[in-house]
Amino acid sequence: MVTAAAVWDALAEIPDPEIPTVSLVDLGVIREVEVGDGRVRVSFTPTFLGCPAVEVMRSLMAERIRELGAEPEIDVASEGWSSDWISEEGRRKLRESGFAPPAHAGPATLVQIQTGQHPCPYCGSDDTRLENLFGPTPCRSIRYCDACRQPFEQFKTL
Amino acid sequence: MSAQELLALADDELVLGWRNSEWTGIAPFLEEDVAFSSIAQTEIGHARAWYELAARLIEREGVDADTLAFDREPGEYRCAPFVEMRLVPDWAATIARHWLYETADRIRIETLKGSEERAVAALAEKIDREEAYHRMHAQMWAERLGEEPRFVAAVEELWPYAAALLPPEQRSTLATTMSREIPGNGPLLGKERGQHSDDFAPLWEEMTMVRRSVPGAAW
Repeated sequence: MVTAAAVWDALAEIPDPEIPTVSLVDLGVIREVEVGDGRVRVSFTPTFLGCPAVEVMRSLMAERIRELGAEPEIDVASEGWSSDWISEEGRRKLRESGFAPPAHAGPATLVQIQTGQHPCPYCGSDDTRLENLFGPTPCRSIRYCDACRQPFEQFKTL
Repeated sequence: MSAQELLALADDELVLGWRNSEWTGIAPFLEEDVAFSSIAQTEIGHARAWYELAARLIEREGVDADTLAFDREPGEYRCAPFVEMRLVPDWAATIARHWLYETADRIRIETLKGSEERAVAALAEKIDREEAYHRMHAQMWAERLGEEPRFVAAVEELWPYAAALLPPEQRSTLATTMSREIPGNGPLLGKERGQHSDDFAPLWEEMTMVRRSVPGAAW
């Protein structure tokens, strides 16, 4: 009989399809795991609604749960994802792979353009500026570090 | 909310997303190519979420977000003429629509956030936080184009279309926000939801072409 803890452990091994250094659990997209009667129900929420990785995430989760010998049931949570749900571990992994983690959520408009909120993941300087609100995926913006002259991606605050 | 009301929201976002994606590869500079492509992607993501809610209400075998987005006849789409217009390669008009749309859409989303239907209110709340980025982008460009005559003329021309995007009871809020008068019946003629502009038929042809070419194909 599979336990909820075993399911969480298995899900923590699934890399995000677009930023593979962080796992789905690090990202905070998995909200709840319920185990019972040979079934595992996972409540999950995409980062951005337009995230193209949603279906891939869903099938990776289902596959892992089947490997544990249970029947998966993946529901989309009604509560929308917030970048505050990225774990401390996830934020550390993002920094290590050259992404600035999101600022803690306030009104997006203010956070995004405030200085000092997004230190450069390469040199740690606060002297960075927003280059483009939009980036290669819906959840990322592009910034530039005026101290070490490194462009980098920043996870949007949501 | 009725399925038809949900479809109106979904169709607006799908068709505007489609129009925004027409800048992919040809925007005036690379940053805007990225921006409009990303905005298109999130608008289409919002459309999918509204279609999924509509599909639950319709409860007919085989109805899902894809069938609602692509398998209806042109006359069944509920989008407003405002989002249908093909504006590439006119940057001034594109920014005018972007700015007017985001301003109007915010009013609509605020109302939906207060819905008594939990699924509708939760989705509107989520969409609102994502749309904040679209609004920042639109606002930045509106300020940048400022008094540029082509931009001013485009806002003037598109204003009645923008007003017609919203149900009549929300139009005065939009007019106040934009410091404009609510358009009269004359200027609104042909721009109200329920009618389609001449640009819609070719858009529908293109948008549904792949689905129609092999009905029922799996991807």
